[in-house]
Amino acid sequence: MSGIGIERRFEPRKTNNGDERRLAVDGEEEEEDDDGGNGKGLEAWERAYADERSWESLQEDESGLLRPIDSKTLHHAQYRRRLRSLYSSSTTSRIQKGLIRYLYIVIDLSRAAADMDFRPSRMVVVAKHAEVFIREFFDQNPLSHIGLVTIKDGVAQCLTDLGGSPEYHVKALMGKLECSGDSSLQNALDLVHGYLNQIPSYGHREVLILYSALSTCDPGDVMETIQKCKKSKIRCSVVGLSAEIYICKHLCEETGGSYTVALDESHFKELLLEHAPPPPAIAEFAVANLIKMGFPQRAAEGVVSICVCHKEAKVGGGYTCPRCKARVCELPTECGICGLTLVSSPHLARSYHHLFPITPFDEVPSSLLNNPQHRLPRFCFGCRQSLLHPGNKSSFRAACPKCNQHFCIDCDIYIHESLHNCPGCESLRHSKTPRFESHGTIFAALEVLNMQDLKRGVVSHMGCWALACTVFDSVLKFKILTD
Amino acid sequence: MASIPSKLYSDDVSLLMLLLDTNPFLWTGANTTTTSLPFPGFLTHVLSFLNSILLLNQLNQVVVIATGVNSCDYIYDSSSSLQKTADSSENGRMPILCSRLLSKLEEFVIEDERLSKDDSPEGIVSSLLSGSLSLALCYIQRVFRSGPLHPQPRILCLQGSPDGPEQYVAIMNAIFSAQRSMVPIDSCVIGAQHSAFLQQASYITGGVYLKPQLPDGLFQYLSTVFATDLLSRNFLRLPKPVGVDFRASCFCHKKTIDMGYICSVCLSIFCKHHKKCSTCGSVFGQALGDTSSTDRKRKTPET
Repeated sequence: MSGIGIERRFEPRKTNNGDERRLAVDGEEEEEDDDGGNGKGLEAWERAYADERSWESLQEDESGLLRPIDSKTLHHAQYRRRLRSLYSSSTTSRIQKGLIRYLYIVIDLSRAAADMDFRPSRMVVVAKHAEVFIREFFDQNPLSHIGLVTIKDGVAQCLTDLGGSPEYHVKALMGKLECSGDSSLQNALDLVHGYLNQIPSYGHREVLILYSALSTCDPGDVMETIQKCKKSKIRCSVVGLSAEIYICKHLCEETGGSYTVALDESHFKELLLEHAPPPPAIAEFAVANLIKMGFPQRAAEGVVSICVCHKEAKVGGGYTCPRCKARVCELPTECGICGLTLVSSPHLARSYHHLFPITPFDEVPSSLLNNPQHRLPRFCFGCRQSLLHPGNKSSFRAACPKCNQHFCIDCDIYIHESLHNCPGCESLRHSKTPRFESHGTIFAALEVLNMQDLKRGVVSHMGCWALACTVFDSVLKFKILTD
Repeated sequence: MASIPSKLYSDDVSLLMLLLDTNPFLWTGANTTTTSLPFPGFLTHVLSFLNSILLLNQLNQVVVIATGVNSCDYIYDSSSSLQKTADSSENGRMPILCSRLLSKLEEFVIEDERLSKDDSPEGIVSSLLSGSLSLALCYIQRVFRSGPLHPQPRILCLQGSPDGPEQYVAIMNAIFSAQRSMVPIDSCVIGAQHSAFLQQASYITGGVYLKPQLPDGLFQYLSTVFATDLLSRNFLRLPKPVGVDFRASCFCHKKTIDMGYICSVCLSIFCKHHKKCSTCGSVFGQALGDTSSTDRKRKTPET
């Protein structure tokens, strides 16, 4: 973003003489931008225009004036669009989410990764955002695993094995940042295919390729490898850094992944982070299964024992595997001795919000805002910020469809992206009562669907109504759709 | 807290979000421990505590949220009342805090009671902790947005009512969100039994969990343990985190288990191997192992 202000004035002068005068006025307003923008150390004349894409940060308003894009409203509009599309896809077609994922991140460290169109280079940008992604991924998918693979000199190399510790991956990635040679899609896919074939069938097998090159240099027929991946139900997604390539598109289409190409750094980050929430699960891809897991207790204070993970003697702390009594340092992990998956109940709880997403808020139409007859709440229900901006006419507000409380933009984003609770619904016992009462209807519906087992399930869940009910809502929709 | 960048605001300026449990079932019920500390007595402890927080540093800020049985609401915000105190400056600051908080609290309790008249209150004894936690987190996000100059926020739950199992998911969501934004949740349990939710909340977010032995001395507990700002906590020996039991209980028998089976679709917990998940209805293949054969079978049992 920085430093764009100066070019905003230069760039259109070359192309669009008519707007010159008006732009100069615009430019005055951006003096402060310019001052802050030189932080990168490059003066405007030192930069190459083609690289900075300064024209993309301008847009034309209704009267034909060129204006800098209002990034905040744009960001919010984007967010709402994403939310809507996410929500609609999860309620209409697919309910299941792949919560237990085995993801290999393939990072292309070929010659093309040294290109400077991303600053300072593609490789550095990729590594920086991969780190963010890995942390975000484990935050959202505590029961999942990541492995890292790099492509260099036409050869794919496994950087880290599948594991659940973000620190380990980040450390390994940062230590190996150099690029050379060609890129080979086939070698990478072959390698990953070999690893992912061994994982249990309930896991969702995924590959995320961060591809810088415009070509692939393969030892054999890459199409065969793609078919092999398809057969093994590996979902391959690619985020490109240069241009769209047919083979990548073909790969993603065949295996059910997504193919996106980044325009710039912020876009790249956005595209990458889209892969962090669990993807909707395709029924045939992963088998429903019961997984044996251990819930270890914290070891008593002051007990000295050797941990399996670092093979060091430690005093206190750590957890004891309930099956083989080995000591592990942190959860979630797999016991190094007996291979039992060790988790704690909060890890399971962390995934629940994917199963029970909160409804997107409705935008309150501006007609209602200016209507004096409706007395709308003056404050955001969440943070008590005033929703009436005397100078600012476009005071956006969103309303929860369930509890009808009004929220400001920032709370709306925070609630949907991080909190996953509607404060309005949570602080009203009323809004919950319909759910309790709807049990009768659920039972009736189940009768119709002839799902006696499920009904028995409801009874056995007496202790946790809210949970059972939400599951039921989804199950019902799911069943109705599949029948 | 090491990764929080140094602020121009000195490190010991704090924003205290106090979640006050106003559950009438707790304060009037046959609860044995609270009889030694009735609600008015409890309030005097809390008000003195709030005053002492505000006196510790002139930039300190206190926000009080009432956690009722049917609703939650903000009842006091020291930052918004600052300008108003300037207008009516003939009174001291303290009476204004008290009178404003008490009058809002009264309004809130009346409103909360009105809401409860509609449906039968039988069995509802838990208060809406998930709601007030969510409100507090929204407020804290607003403080974070306000710029690099902001006080260090923390949440203190003064909770007495038992946990409401239906709030489990919501409370866990709030806890994880607090953890992400590095907001510690302190909890001071004044009820008869320990609160498993708050134990987890404090443990996960790095806050202090305390259940005072003698409720009569509440002010002393509050001022010695919960008044300390986040920076000073590094130098103090605060109550150690209690051993939180992170074992899960199975959905089928409600037993706490060491080892169990998890449905890969909906993450329900079972103590034995089942053929079918009772929550989401998925049909299971073999538990672990035998991976290849189950792949093909999947479609037939589902439809």
